[in-house]
Amino acid sequence: MDLSLIIMQLLSGIALGAVLVITALGLTIVFGMLGVVNFAHGALFMIGAYAGLYLASLTGSFWWGLLLAPILIGAFGMLIEFVLIRRLYGRSIDDPLLLTFGLSYILVEGVRIVFGSDGIPFPTPPQLVGVLDLGIGFFPRYRLFVIALVAVVLLVLWLTLEKTRVGLIVRAGARDPTIMQVLGVDIGRVWLAIFGLGVGLAALGGVLAGPMRSVNPEMGSLVLAEAFVVTVIGGLGSIVGAVVAGLMVGISISMVALFAPEMATIVMFALMAIVLLIRPQGLFGVRGRTA
Amino acid sequence: MTGPSSGEAVAKPSSGGLGWLLEQRVLLSVAVLAVLPWVLPSQALAVNVLIYGVVVMGYNLLFGYTGLLSFGQAAFFGAGAYFTGIAIGRYGVPWFAAVPVAVLLSTCLAAAIGIVSTRTRGIYFSMVTLALAQLVYYVALQASSFTGGENGLRGFTVDRISLFGLQLNFLDPVNKYYVLMAFAALAMWFQSRILNSPFGAVIEAIRENEQRARACGYDVERSKLIVFMLSGAISSLGGCMLALHLSIVPLDILHYQTSGMIVMMVLLGGARSFFGPFVGAASFLILEDVISLWTPHWQIFVGAIFVLFVLFLPKGIWGTLLDALRVGKARP
Amino acid sequence: MPKSGSTSKITRRTALAGLSAGAALLAMPRLGRAADETIRIGFPTPLTGPFAAEARDQVKCAELAVKLVNDKGGIGGRKVELLVRDDKLNAGEAATRTLELIEKDKVHAVVGALSSAVQLAVNEVTRARGVIYVSISQSDTINEAKDFSKYTFHEALNPHMTTAAVARQTLKKGMKVAHLVADYAYGHEMLRGFKRAQAAIGADNVGEILHPFGAADYSTFMPRLMSMRPDVLCISNFGRDQANSIKQAVDFGVKQQMKIVVPVILHNQRLAVGPDVFEGVVGGANYYWGLEGQSKSAAAFNAAFKAANGGAIPTDYGAYGYSGVGSLLAAMQAAGGTDTDKVVDALEKLQYDLTKGPQHYRKCDHQSVQSVLVLESKKKSAMAGDNDLFAVLANDAGSDDMLRSCSELGHAT
Repeated sequence: MDLSLIIMQLLSGIALGAVLVITALGLTIVFGMLGVVNFAHGALFMIGAYAGLYLASLTGSFWWGLLLAPILIGAFGMLIEFVLIRRLYGRSIDDPLLLTFGLSYILVEGVRIVFGSDGIPFPTPPQLVGVLDLGIGFFPRYRLFVIALVAVVLLVLWLTLEKTRVGLIVRAGARDPTIMQVLGVDIGRVWLAIFGLGVGLAALGGVLAGPMRSVNPEMGSLVLAEAFVVTVIGGLGSIVGAVVAGLMVGISISMVALFAPEMATIVMFALMAIVLLIRPQGLFGVRGRTA
Repeated sequence: MTGPSSGEAVAKPSSGGLGWLLEQRVLLSVAVLAVLPWVLPSQALAVNVLIYGVVVMGYNLLFGYTGLLSFGQAAFFGAGAYFTGIAIGRYGVPWFAAVPVAVLLSTCLAAAIGIVSTRTRGIYFSMVTLALAQLVYYVALQASSFTGGENGLRGFTVDRISLFGLQLNFLDPVNKYYVLMAFAALAMWFQSRILNSPFGAVIEAIRENEQRARACGYDVERSKLIVFMLSGAISSLGGCMLALHLSIVPLDILHYQTSGMIVMMVLLGGARSFFGPFVGAASFLILEDVISLWTPHWQIFVGAIFVLFVLFLPKGIWGTLLDALRVGKARP
Repeated sequence: MPKSGSTSKITRRTALAGLSAGAALLAMPRLGRAADETIRIGFPTPLTGPFAAEARDQVKCAELAVKLVNDKGGIGGRKVELLVRDDKLNAGEAATRTLELIEKDKVHAVVGALSSAVQLAVNEVTRARGVIYVSISQSDTINEAKDFSKYTFHEALNPHMTTAAVARQTLKKGMKVAHLVADYAYGHEMLRGFKRAQAAIGADNVGEILHPFGAADYSTFMPRLMSMRPDVLCISNFGRDQANSIKQAVDFGVKQQMKIVVPVILHNQRLAVGPDVFEGVVGGANYYWGLEGQSKSAAAFNAAFKAANGGAIPTDYGAYGYSGVGSLLAAMQAAGGTDTDKVVDALEKLQYDLTKGPQHYRKCDHQSVQSVLVLESKKKSAMAGDNDLFAVLANDAGSDDMLRSCSELGHAT
């Protein structure tokens, strides 16, 4: 087992982790700020991939698909929040989870009706085809791009939330919605924006994953379990948690794949069980926020 | 506390005595189940109502009465089925011994999962139970020499059973139904006893207000673990019934989509009602069957109906019906 | 409006008539199985789920087989009816549907199933009740003694046959071979088949990587695979897994270093992923429409299918629907009816040629001995039309020594 193999494997793990991070991020932001667990998150990831593919074939360019799909699906997410989820605020905390669970059935079957049950190929954009010779081995250009893009998105998100007025309102609204309303902020708009953001991030994850895996109606269900595991490990509501946990899980899966590849999926559940036994609120979660 | 399960009880005087009421709901439920094979379009469907009814009833104990939304009930349903199949097929244990052994082992599994998951609360609990149940799925997939892996477990067909000296052809769908109904009756009786015991009051108190229950001196964590185990035990009995009925155990019984289906059934029927689980199981299965006749896209209709129920009929079919029929009884 | 008196008289009369008709019907259940009654064949198939397209193809081809028999007058004057049921690619669902087919619909035989798990579930139900089952799902397991019964027939190929055929075509003595295998029963069966064939040819095994069944991401396996520096990479998985793993292998530049080979190359997966990714991949198949240039049976099958389906061509999985149902009906014809033991006997003696050449069922395990096609996926520029997906590299004639021996499978014979 030489060093270059280990480094390549590590890089694979980071690329895998990048997709996990962007998917888990959407889930954790929506929960942290709205208290809603979106069970349709995986389905929306899948719809993002289909939207990206459709837009790319319509406009002839992957980049338009990458830009427009998250915005479009994010807007769709806002519609969902406004029409369905908003009715459930004030009721049991389980209700949004149940509703979005039913919604996922509708969304997945809807895609089957429109696009069929077969997989559709998502061609890698021509600028990113092929491998880059890193000296120690070859690595696909597209995956390096994914790592870079996710890093940029994280930076932009962090800057927006920490440094801008909009971000301030969003963070304050999460901490105490009542005071925000007293201060004259339309909290309904804040909720819409946050939900749209969470869904948009899921869709972005889908578009990014599309060229790496095949695009099919079932691709969301595996992603959902992964996203749940990452957010639980990182701590529901914590952005830092989602990032750290996503990378941690991606790298763990990758390193385990070196000597026991058939256990690769079990590893992330084992990791989750260990974290929960030591720290039930997750690595960066806040105790008591979950009841 | 928990009210009567049938509209008939409304007409009876409330001073009938708790014990008598208890008897009533189990007997009445069994009476309804007894005519099911003749009412439903096929016996296979009727048996499925029995099986899923028992599984959902066990889940109802956890979700409806204690308020813990678990997304991992499939783990116990599957465990019951697998342990039964392995005991009969691999170790040659006769069916009447295999079932209690399977329930016992599944309860141990419930204890293990319960210890980890009851450390979390609220939404975490739902997500953790989902993830841990998926872990059980992957372990079963890997342990293919025991479970058959992806191919499922086979080779334990029970074709005849001897009951009190009688030789019964178990392949005959009518015989099979009534033997399995006996199991269902047992499960219902057990659940009824739990609900009517002081423990039943404790778990409802936990659902209403966990802090207050703790302040009253109840060991909330221990109670949650116990109810988790009881719920797992009852659902695993449903799994044993499935193993005996189908003579195979499919791997996807352990997948979270099965857990999701159980959640849908409890909500459709009415959480926190005694007969609701059976109503929910029957409604879901009939809906699926009927819609599948017109279109392969039955999932979109089932999903839409579920969403409508969450929004407008959170008490489910049976729960809403009971509410409408209940006259003047004080509710907590 | 008629007077109430007359209405009730009419109602009573009609009620009496209805009651007696009903009573008469109930009183003669046995007559329902009389000789002029239709022959019912159950056909469970995954109409919902990831293989819906394959399932629909199978139904079309099965219905074609039934239609051809009915057009010639049926079997002993009786018409054949196909009862299609959706098993949702779920073993539990398949078992339930099969129970309904047997108990409620009273089918005379069952044909079908796409996944290995589903066929084994259906088989468990049919063999306990003495109903003939012709499986059209690829698997080694159903040949083995544990799952076998005299009512069980396997019309499809199995991994042992396909891996051997593909290996013969692609491996040479001294070549270095690496394997990427899905970690479940079917994957292991394919790996076992490959390793046996490669040992016989004299090629070297440089490594095996097992991946979790249903994995979406294969990136973590690629660096290790590349470091093994094989000449040939054998990917032993199925369906979406196959499409995903090939796509990602190509992303990592695997094709520059080695040839990719699969046990079964799937028509619909190739359509789902596209010509560029699949270019040069070699795999086995039970049928490909392009065989019509070499085989009269293929040409006849294609023509009949096109006539019934507006010019469309049959796919590999579709052909299983045709040959599965077709061979069963031929045996029923020979047996003169649906008597189970007579049909079993007829199936064991049957020689048939429906899609690609002569086939028959071996006695000890009821496996259909048939030819195996080896196909290579064409590059885009070489495709004469949208359907011209593959080049036929070989069509090895069927023979008993393509299969594992009866004793190895645990049979007495």
